[in-house]
Amino acid sequence: MTGVRVRGLTRRFGTRAVLDRLDLTLAPGSFTALLGRSGSGKTTLLRTLAGLDAVTEGALVEVPRPTTVVFQEPRLLPWAKVWQNVALGLAGDDARARASAALSEVGLGRHLDAWPLTLSGGEAQRVALARALVRAPRLLLLDEPFAALDALTRIRMHALVLELWRAHGPAVLLVTHDVDEAISLADRVLVLDAGRIAVDVEIDLPRPRDAANPTRAGLRRHFLETLGVKDLVA
Amino acid sequence: MSQSIALAAPDVPVRRSWQIPLRLRRLISPLVLVLAWEAASHLGVISPRTIAAPSVIMASAWDLTVTGELPENLLVSLARVAVGFAIGVSAGIVLAVLSGLSRLGEEILDAPLQMLRTLPFLALVPLFILWFGIGELPKVALVTLGAMFPVYLNLFAGIRGVDPKLIETAQVFGLSRLALIRRVILPGALPQLLVGLRYALGVSWLSLVVAEQINASAGIGHLINDARDFLRTDVIVVGLMVYALLGLGADALVRALEQRTLRWRPSLVSGARA
Repeated sequence: MTGVRVRGLTRRFGTRAVLDRLDLTLAPGSFTALLGRSGSGKTTLLRTLAGLDAVTEGALVEVPRPTTVVFQEPRLLPWAKVWQNVALGLAGDDARARASAALSEVGLGRHLDAWPLTLSGGEAQRVALARALVRAPRLLLLDEPFAALDALTRIRMHALVLELWRAHGPAVLLVTHDVDEAISLADRVLVLDAGRIAVDVEIDLPRPRDAANPTRAGLRRHFLETLGVKDLVA
Repeated sequence: MSQSIALAAPDVPVRRSWQIPLRLRRLISPLVLVLAWEAASHLGVISPRTIAAPSVIMASAWDLTVTGELPENLLVSLARVAVGFAIGVSAGIVLAVLSGLSRLGEEILDAPLQMLRTLPFLALVPLFILWFGIGELPKVALVTLGAMFPVYLNLFAGIRGVDPKLIETAQVFGLSRLALIRRVILPGALPQLLVGLRYALGVSWLSLVVAEQINASAGIGHLINDARDFLRTDVIVVGLMVYALLGLGADALVRALEQRTLRWRPSLVSGARA
């Protein structure tokens, strides 16, 4: 079992280095949240791990296979039925059966033959989750997957993601700008700043994590300070 | 509000008896026009040399059908359009896929095609006669050319307009280049291709009409030209009606194709939530 290993990753857009000799290690099966201000390079790092951004300048990037992604938008093919979207790129005759099993896990077992455009935002995002899970990933990248959902749907999605993580045990890297979401879900929280991992904190609290827990409140304040919003929040 | 309407409904006086459905009501004014035309023809206000009476036109249509003259010529015209359209659409699709999917293809193909496109292709008739003579070839070639450009332009734009996020997603999930084209790019470009097809059909009929004006010895255009020589305005109108009906039928065909292939669209799947 290998996790993620990144050494000396630099990524420039023009002359600005978005990622600057970044090092990162993720243990197999760990749940990590990556925080950062907008433009801090969170998404660039995730895209590099997903293989969507070319690695240059001699960096070492080791990622387990298969690696799958859930994006901020569901990104379903509107012309393919729900199960076909989940089975996209799967080989073999049992593609539909596997898609069906994955959809049942996210609670959409009855929507196999629905068209994506008839789904609600939350349902579509669950299909995207099923599509990522059906490949039995060893690394699951979540790129702000709950940002576009309403608050209630988001809470349900948090529970679902934790449940699926426990059941399948992939390493999860959740990119988010929501400090509370990071603390609720992850065992380890990273803050990306100036192209490097500036903060790296293990969160050793039992789940579900009570918002009133004093340790949690302290963590929240700490992360918000590193994100530069110290003076703005009471 | 809906409740008050429901309560008031039984009290409404029975005025509905003479109400005609909207679809029929829309037919009234054309019908009046045709009747006025018929009357004017009989009263000698409109001479048969200007245009024949509707009744005469219908009678001619019947005669032409029964004698087999209309069906025979219709088949010839249909064959011209079918062959020209098939070649033109195929060429347009192949060219659009080549230049839509590869930078090299675009560099080689797009510039000359865009230049040719600006040429009013119907003006090529004299050149086509010199090249292909006066047989079937120049007619089919003109339809081919007319059908090709709308398909090329629309499909090319459709391919380039496919959401790059979907392409990226397909790459994450390990689709091969071929599968990417088949599962993502071509379905994504399909709505635009259908727009091109519909447009191409219209242009094809137009090309046919123009092409059949030149030395046709068969076809609807020949029927019309022949009728002109004998001052038979009734037969000319029959020919025009056939052209119009063919265009209408072809459009209905593409629309049916759209309904089938684009059934995933929300407007077409309303209430079809599985």
